[in-house]
Amino acid sequence: RRDGFASDADNIFLINGASAGISYCLQCLIAQPTDGILIPIPQYPLYSATITLCKGTPVNYYLDESNDWNADLQSIEQSIVEAKNKGVRVKAIVVINPGNPTGQCMSKQCIDGIIAIARKHRLVILADEVYQENIYHQDAYPFVSFRKCLLSAKDADIVDNVELISFHSVSKGIFGECGLRGGYLELINIAKSGKDMLTKLASINLCPNTIGQCMVELMVNPPTEKDESYAVFKQQYETQLASLQERAKIVTDALNKIDGVSCNTVYGAMYAFPNITIPETVAQNAIKAYQGDVAADFVYCMELLLQYGIVVVAGSGFGQKDGTFHFRTTILPPKDQIASLTQSLAKFHAEFLQKYST
Amino acid sequence: KTQYPFPHFVFSHSSSSMSYIHRLHTVGVRNFSSTNTKRLVRSQISTKVLNAEYAVRGALVIRAIEIQQDLKKKAGDYPFEKVIMCNIGNPQELGQKPLTFHRQVLSSVLSPNLMQSGALPEDVTRRAQRLLGDTAAGSIGAYTHSQGLSVIRETVCDFICKRDGLQRSDSLINPSQIFLTDGASPGIKYVLQALIGDASDGILIPIPQYPLYSASIDLLGGTRIGYYLDEDNQWGFDIDEAQRAVAEAKSKGVTPKAIVFINPGNPTGNVLGDEDIRNAIRLAKEHNMVILADEVYQENIYGQQRKFSSFFKILNEMIGKDASFKSIELLSFHSVSKGIFGECGLRGGYMHLSGVETEGYDQLYKLVSVNLCPNTVGQSTVDLMCDPPKPGDASFELFDKEYKGLFQSLQRRANIVSTNLSQIDGISCQTIDGAMYAFPNIAIPKKAVQEAQNQGVTPDAFYCLQLLEQQGICCVPGSGFGQKDGSFHLRTTLLPPEHEIQKVVEKMAEFHRTFTAKYA
Repeated sequence: RRDGFASDADNIFLINGASAGISYCLQCLIAQPTDGILIPIPQYPLYSATITLCKGTPVNYYLDESNDWNADLQSIEQSIVEAKNKGVRVKAIVVINPGNPTGQCMSKQCIDGIIAIARKHRLVILADEVYQENIYHQDAYPFVSFRKCLLSAKDADIVDNVELISFHSVSKGIFGECGLRGGYLELINIAKSGKDMLTKLASINLCPNTIGQCMVELMVNPPTEKDESYAVFKQQYETQLASLQERAKIVTDALNKIDGVSCNTVYGAMYAFPNITIPETVAQNAIKAYQGDVAADFVYCMELLLQYGIVVVAGSGFGQKDGTFHFRTTILPPKDQIASLTQSLAKFHAEFLQKYST
Repeated sequence: KTQYPFPHFVFSHSSSSMSYIHRLHTVGVRNFSSTNTKRLVRSQISTKVLNAEYAVRGALVIRAIEIQQDLKKKAGDYPFEKVIMCNIGNPQELGQKPLTFHRQVLSSVLSPNLMQSGALPEDVTRRAQRLLGDTAAGSIGAYTHSQGLSVIRETVCDFICKRDGLQRSDSLINPSQIFLTDGASPGIKYVLQALIGDASDGILIPIPQYPLYSASIDLLGGTRIGYYLDEDNQWGFDIDEAQRAVAEAKSKGVTPKAIVFINPGNPTGNVLGDEDIRNAIRLAKEHNMVILADEVYQENIYGQQRKFSSFFKILNEMIGKDASFKSIELLSFHSVSKGIFGECGLRGGYMHLSGVETEGYDQLYKLVSVNLCPNTVGQSTVDLMCDPPKPGDASFELFDKEYKGLFQSLQRRANIVSTNLSQIDGISCQTIDGAMYAFPNIAIPKKAVQEAQNQGVTPDAFYCLQLLEQQGICCVPGSGFGQKDGSFHLRTTLLPPEHEIQKVVEKMAEFHRTFTAKYA
């Protein structure tokens, strides 16, 4: 219904949140320590952590901050070549669309480009699309699924052979039922032997929790006009979406007003990932003060917590270009708290630079 | 391990059993179609994944489900009208009803405005509000602390102390030592993940065992060290045998890092006595092994003579007499899937860390945090399991009636199954003191053993497949759990409803006679 292409129930696995499904896939894919998985930088650290736990090799491809955090196809190709030269067998590529922490919404063109790369290098595409309902610029930057692009490709080799596993979750979107742990994955062009192994892994945990399963049903099959609950549901849904959309903008605008902080437009997902300017000397002094093997933006975030009680996650936790610093904040605080939040951030930023400038 | 002409069972979706077995032979042939450009194919997938086996939901069960679907569509030609699934401890699959109190609290927690109706008992609303009060903003839909809601972990601490007759104190047990998990299985996997670095790391597991352990150890690239339970002695724990297993592992350069005990036993149904547990703890101390105590069946105790003692209780008694036992690292596991009310689908459980250093705790915390948190409905069910209604509570009378009814029914069925199976010539079954299964020893004629080998399957799988195809009963072959070479078993649950269980054992008896005659 979403994509206009039929789907096979046998290729759907309900899972205990998207995270569980990703773990099964990576366990299958990573056979040797030299097996590589392409991950976007910055990325949601489930990927780096799981690749490490599976004893595989993460292969970084950098998203382009100067281009709204879009994927850079050349950069991906380059990463693959460099990895191969180091003896790494690149087997899959993770894409997060809409992006976490970066909030970009991928264009069809970009998606097609990645699919072409996947075909060329025989990569399994792991498409994390859990934020597909968090879309704030619907007209210019709508959500397009990898599945739809793959199945509508002109090249029959792509349509029939490129391996794609797509993930969705009840934790995000509009209603965020995180605690219930529900999600699904869909297999496209996965061989029977591969599917059998995924089934086996899933069966060792018996089954995904049934309430989470029911929640998936409700997510993908909401009330329609004919249903009694439709009116209330629609109103709740639209109000919530509008609120998220509004806050995405308010947060981003407010961050951009802070000296030394800049933030790309948040087109989707639930986060802002502002760039914070920390001069070299400040960074060094801050790291020294913390005696641990920490990044400067970790120190920044720790002090933000201790001084102002604001909890965000340091950009080093997601990965970033060397020499740059970021933090990830959600856009979820209530609207009336955002102004004071960003005012505190502005004050803090100046104080931090001052404190560690000597 | 027996050599087969193919790496693994193939699962098919077509009809007859003979063509199904035929397909087992052809899986070795490479299919040179588009699969040779793919990554998620046998030739490329991690061998750890390829080799791991979990028979509880393996080839036989997949075939059983196929047959069920055929029967539903009225396709195929089977000499029975329905398949009786005796393969898995899943009580509600076979018609057992959940407890009213549980479902009322869970409904209230999911839909708090139900509590305004006035139709729910006072203790239901009190319990639901207590749970909701501990969530971030009164909603069960938010991620919780990665170890689960603290108020539930408090309940678990109280439960453990009450069960074991211990005075609650922070130094003895505190909520930071409790991890709520999506069933017991994830907790077990996290611990094994932390313990196993490579094949030189060994984990002692009982033979027979619940194949979560063997599968998880294989997936992690560790080494299984089997210690045989003593079938002739009620599947009892034999310390000398365990010592032998440890010595053998060490001689091969494998370090035994942990030892698993399943008490009550799965599939065996034995219940460890206090002295057994003491011996187990002494063995663990001697060889510096972490103890994994899988106690998910602690409420399924049927024998009059046997009572359940937890490892934690016995360990604390030993510490009282000899403080050096404080060095023991004990991880205990419990689950809402078993016991009397079997809320398997809700996926709730906990793991209790005792004697674990902060750095060990930190790594386990990190592992659980990657999955954010255990599902909140499962968490809530743990709270209900560990703190049931008490006399005087509004829900107590009904709860007690339902609970006792279910328990006594299980007890009766345990008796029916073990007695009846033992009366069949060529089948013998140890007393079922606990858990949910019978694990009878079945005599398989030489001719059948040979035929099985010709077809590349284990003799008990061969037996179980025919039992399925001829009588519509789905059990799990003993080879899925491990057994002494040359012996054969199957595991059946006790869970078919009381009005059917007698028929089930009769069908098994009939099948055994026919099978034995056929391969005489």
